[in-house]
Amino acid sequence: MAKDQDKIIGDVTTGEYKYGFYSDIEMEQISKGLNEDIIRTISEKKNEPEWLLDFRLKAFRHWQTMKMPEWANLKIPRIDYQDIIYYSAPKKKKSPESLDDIDPELKKTFDKLGIPLEEQKHLAGVAVDAVMDSVSVKTTFRETLAESGIIFCSFSDAVREYPELVKRYLGTVVPYTDNFFASLNSAVFSDGSFCYIPKGIKCPMELSTYFRINASNTGQFERTLLVADEESYVSYLEGCTAPMRDENQLHAAIVEIIAENNAEVKYSTVQNWYPGDKDGKGGIFNFVTKRGLCRGENSKISWTQVETGSAITWKYPSCILKGDNSTGEFYSVAVTNNFQQADTGTKMIHIGKNTKSTIISKGISAGHGQNSYRGLVKVLKNATGARNFSQCDSLLLGDKCGAHTFPYLEVDNQAAIVEHEATTSKIGEDQIFYCNQRGISTEDAVGLIVNGYAREVINKLPMEFAVEAQKLLQISLEGSVG
Amino acid sequence: MLIIKDLKAAINGKQILKGISLEVKAGEIHAIMGPNGSGKSTLAGVLAGREFAEVTEGTVTYLGKNLFDMAPEDRSKEGIFLGFQYPIEIPGVSMVNFMKTAYNEHRRHKGLEPISASDFLKLMREKKELVEIDSKLTNRSVNEGFSGGEKKKNEIFQMAILEPRLAILDETDSGLDIDALRIVANGVNKLKRPDNAAIVITHYQRLLDYIVPDVVHVLYDGRIVKTAGKELALELEEKGYEWIKEHV
Repeated sequence: MAKDQDKIIGDVTTGEYKYGFYSDIEMEQISKGLNEDIIRTISEKKNEPEWLLDFRLKAFRHWQTMKMPEWANLKIPRIDYQDIIYYSAPKKKKSPESLDDIDPELKKTFDKLGIPLEEQKHLAGVAVDAVMDSVSVKTTFRETLAESGIIFCSFSDAVREYPELVKRYLGTVVPYTDNFFASLNSAVFSDGSFCYIPKGIKCPMELSTYFRINASNTGQFERTLLVADEESYVSYLEGCTAPMRDENQLHAAIVEIIAENNAEVKYSTVQNWYPGDKDGKGGIFNFVTKRGLCRGENSKISWTQVETGSAITWKYPSCILKGDNSTGEFYSVAVTNNFQQADTGTKMIHIGKNTKSTIISKGISAGHGQNSYRGLVKVLKNATGARNFSQCDSLLLGDKCGAHTFPYLEVDNQAAIVEHEATTSKIGEDQIFYCNQRGISTEDAVGLIVNGYAREVINKLPMEFAVEAQKLLQISLEGSVG
Repeated sequence: MLIIKDLKAAINGKQILKGISLEVKAGEIHAIMGPNGSGKSTLAGVLAGREFAEVTEGTVTYLGKNLFDMAPEDRSKEGIFLGFQYPIEIPGVSMVNFMKTAYNEHRRHKGLEPISASDFLKLMREKKELVEIDSKLTNRSVNEGFSGGEKKKNEIFQMAILEPRLAILDETDSGLDIDALRIVANGVNKLKRPDNAAIVITHYQRLLDYIVPDVVHVLYDGRIVKTAGKELALELEEKGYEWIKEHV
């Protein structure tokens, strides 16, 4: 059995990453390095207004005073920020008014990723903003959505077409001084998605952004800004993949969400960046700041993430529960296999009265993977009636991996109720044997057991993505039995 | 169907099975009785392919093939079913999903297409009636939060779905009240056919009031010390295992 397991583990770790291909697309790139000229160049390329350039420069100057955070339970190799290309975009022939103007190679790439850019080919009910390297190449269903007043477009288009909205909300949830990677993003972000759901509108389709890194030596720095006005509802999804390369590539994104009175935002992520090879070579560094502000009363923001990719993940989707009776939720499955590392979790900041938060985190470690949950529950003095429930479970496959839990509690209100539960378990040989005895192979048994373990979180994803996520979990862990 | 010859097995270097030989033919029910620690569960585990014991000597031939050449899942697909003494819980995995996966693996092994969801649910309903299992149980996760009796009934339910050639029931009667015992035994009896067989491992005679064996073996200290017809069970009940010791 031990020999079999070694073999199976061996098979897996060479396991295929289905999205590791590279597309040969004519690119427009600027030179490597980071300084004020580079930032001005990016801003110029995008024909940005002065206020946005100012925002970038302020962020850059602040970033220069900062140091990379070292508190995470991660071993991060030194990153040379002068050795990265900060802007790389598929060359446009002219402005792509219709699909015919998009490079066919680009269309082919997204087809291969299962994200057709033609609306009629699309999964019914999902609108996509497709981002390749530094720019958004196509947003589907823009017109359909506009009929109900919903704005869904690339960040660059939003700056051009809705400058007042962007100006009003940009940096209000994640200020440019927030943290090292957020400041970096604020200085050099090149595109992303913008979404505004007007008062009283329930968005009729799933909105999504698909992020693709293609070019080498580049970093991807995009921002998503999502505003749900009073009484509105939207479900938002993001997916991401990258080619297999020996180098590490940096992805430092920002997501800001604002929910007004009675608004609800559901934000789901299926993160499948290239994780590196079995020896830990290559892979994406995924250093992301995601935060939602429940500004209005009775508002609700719910984060669901399935994290299977990236060499290193540093990510804490958080909720600031400012409005009375507002609700924050965080459901997470994070997988680390081979030499992947993840330090991920959430922050729930209770400011308003009767605010509620729920944290369900499921870590799965295999191979030499290191998986840390880090979460803060903070209840401010005036947050009378605040409630939190946290559950952090870790599952270990094998004896070379690690699981760690770092819960932080800061409670300044006596009437608040905060509960925390944590478990660590191993996939039992007896569980696997039980499956074997019913005719189920060890690999399938692991898939079954892991999906059972993660079910609470997977169930929170929209249906069609739940199926995808289940397959992804199985693929990323195939055979890593302990 | 099953021929065991001079089987010896050890756990952590300690010899548990010390030379077991027996033959089970199609259509037969064999009972293996014996005191605690005699090696009953080890024998069941070795036949199912559990890794805890190391086979040190002997052969087992199942349907003409060397059993030890087959992985545990292949033994299952070739028709060996082990009813666990302590059924395992798998949180978050529904009984439906678990059994459908297993059933389809068995079908694939036979070169058949996977069963449709609706046909499978129909099959589950039929089998539930057969083993008198509460319909709510099958909507829950595998064995999670089941009582001892429910877990044992669930084993018989799984057996009913997979329709094994050779069922090995490891102390399926332990911890059951008399009603549950009757249900479990009925399940076994209803599933009996001329072309399949069962090995019923038990500590007590009372199960054999309901499942009438063709052959009874008494296992003691890793060896079969007595083999006879069903009357042996009654004699054993009357005289106790001390009586066996005198025969060794």
